Amino acid sequence: MALDKTRLLEAYRVMKTIREFEERLHVEIATGAIPGFTHLYSGQEAVAAGVCMHLSDDDYIVSTHRGHGHCIAKGCDVIGMMKEIYGRADGLCKGKGGSMHIADFDKGMLGANAIVGGGPPIATGAAIATKLDGNGKVSASFGGDGSSNQGTVFEAMNLAVVLKLPTLFVYEDNGYGEHTGTSYAVGSDDIAGRCEGFGMTAKKVDGGDFFAVYEAAGELFDQLRAGDGPAALECTITRFYGHYEGDPQRYRAKDEVANFRESKDCLKNFRQRVTGEGLLDDSDLDAIDAEVAELIDRAVEEAKAAPAAPISELETDVYISY
Amino acid sequence: MPVKSMRDALNETLHAEMARDEKIIILGEDVAGGAGGTGVEEAAGGIFGVSAGLYTKFGKERVIDTPISESAIIGAAAGAALAGYRPIAELMFADFIGVSMDQLYNQIAKFRYMFGGKTRCPVVVRMPTGAGMNMGAQHSQTIYPIVTSVPGLKVVIPSNPADAKGLMTTALRDDDPVVFFEHKALYPRKGEVPDGEYMIPFGEAALVREGEDATVVAIARMVTFAEKALDGLEANGITCDLIDPRTTSPLDLDTILESLEGTGRLVIVDESPPRCSIASDIAGMVASEGFDLLKAPIQMVTAPHTPVPFAKDLERAYVPSPDDISAAIRKVVAY
Ligand SMILES: Cc1ncc(C[n+]2csc(CCOP(=O)(O)OP(=O)(O)O)c2C)c(N)n1
Ligand SMILES: [Mg+2]
Repeated sequence: MALDKTRLLEAYRVMKTIREFEERLHVEIATGAIPGFTHLYSGQEAVAAGVCMHLSDDDYIVSTHRGHGHCIAKGCDVIGMMKEIYGRADGLCKGKGGSMHIADFDKGMLGANAIVGGGPPIATGAAIATKLDGNGKVSASFGGDGSSNQGTVFEAMNLAVVLKLPTLFVYEDNGYGEHTGTSYAVGSDDIAGRCEGFGMTAKKVDGGDFFAVYEAAGELFDQLRAGDGPAALECTITRFYGHYEGDPQRYRAKDEVANFRESKDCLKNFRQRVTGEGLLDDSDLDAIDAEVAELIDRAVEEAKAAPAAPISELETDVYISY
Repeated sequence: MPVKSMRDALNETLHAEMARDEKIIILGEDVAGGAGGTGVEEAAGGIFGVSAGLYTKFGKERVIDTPISESAIIGAAAGAALAGYRPIAELMFADFIGVSMDQLYNQIAKFRYMFGGKTRCPVVVRMPTGAGMNMGAQHSQTIYPIVTSVPGLKVVIPSNPADAKGLMTTALRDDDPVVFFEHKALYPRKGEVPDGEYMIPFGEAALVREGEDATVVAIARMVTFAEKALDGLEANGITCDLIDPRTTSPLDLDTILESLEGTGRLVIVDESPPRCSIASDIAGMVASEGFDLLKAPIQMVTAPHTPVPFAKDLERAYVPSPDDISAAIRKVVAY
């Protein structure tokens, strides 16, 4: 599954776009311009990219409260996303959803989800549909280490095994569910092992290594597409910021993130590897950096200038008013 | 009397009651925080700080951080209650009740009756409720109308720090299950709080203000909005009784009917969508028990029949405003 130059550039562009999107939000949120609570994906980019690069617009994903990266990797319009997060009229969900509820059905993005464990049953159902359609399409749900403790997730995994559904359960173990560590809350401290217990293939990889995620996901999607039932992928990873923007992070040692930014930055790792192996030149990547920076600038500018969601929208998109 | 925030009033009550009764335990997500992390112990104390200091004071045996597993949180509280403890179960947001509904609705609520009165189930389920923080459709709902409809559950919704203390103390000494809603926007609200032991019986409404022209019934944050509306109207010579039921089950209908004997006009304010809300519930009871007292059609001021929207202006328009309340009062008065 060697990636050619075009695909490598695509992978980098996706990861870089996610990173810039989140880093910029980190700055903008501090100004108070963005309502609500926002959960940033910085640090975890390789997981979204490594999984979604195997998917087309006709494959489905379901995401989480920390969903911006999954949305971008699945092809959601970055400007529409930014507008949604600002609560604008022409945001991807008209400003009605916000950061935790971005969806784009044309891209097979069935929604970020603010209920931990809400997504996997939905991805399982989407896999029932693709299986019935017999079109070879698959689904994937993303979830955190914390979500792996939710009964809804256990039920979805078992159902997927029982029905041999083409769905991938992706777990991003970033060490914490809010203020509580994975090693405390996940009893066995082994999410992949748990998934195997349900009767599916499960792999565990370093989520900071794009190539590891990409290869493992590729093998598992091959299995799904061959009709051999569901699979799980556990990615060990870290988030660079707090659980939400504004989180004082008292549960975390002061230097923890600094170390990770040094050693576990998936973008740095990627650049080092592809330039070291002579697959890409620094100048290729620098060009993408510049384009992405410009795109994110434009997204923020347009989002700031866009009209707010109008009150006339309050009672639309619901079946009936009283 | 000392002035405290509702958050502090609740926190101090939990401390006092846990010190008084060693059978009280608390379980929920991040009620302490920090377990399995690289930072400090008790890193959270509840994400709104309501359980702050409990872990440090009472230890990990009684202050139990759970995985993200709402069904197990509520169910485990039920089991511990049947086995002699008095658990406080915390849902991080009221919206997450959906995940745990069976344990609350089919289990906890039913035990005493279904088992022929042979057991009690003294669980207090605490949950932050309500809109106002732009947290979107799955983190902003009121939920209490759904819970109020379930036989076997007592439902408490305080609007100020003193009531929060008095009602929480009562809840923790009650032998039956109590669901205790804490409005997120009211945590910082300050007010005088009596020192020492302070209990408020369930089913006794508070007459927050007295007046002549109409009766306004409001819950939780809507009490503060109704007060704003009344401040404006009083300058124009319109005065109202303002009643805060404080508990929706049991509900103090008598106080509302007594007030209507004087005013004959009723406005009910509820942050929930209109159908099967506390507003429609009280309106229905007043229509059947107090029909002769009414001089005008009952006005309900509620959220619209929609999920809670995210965008700032939309959410502001969703939540009933003081102006909406004033308009409803003017309408019944002018009828
Ligand atoms: C049912 C439910 N319970 C609790 C929460 C509150 N909550 C939001 S995110 C979160 C932690 C999730 O941890 P994890 O699954 O590891 O994802 P991460 O935030 O680390 O990406 C919690 C407890 C929620 N949104 N939904
Ligand atoms: Mg996590």
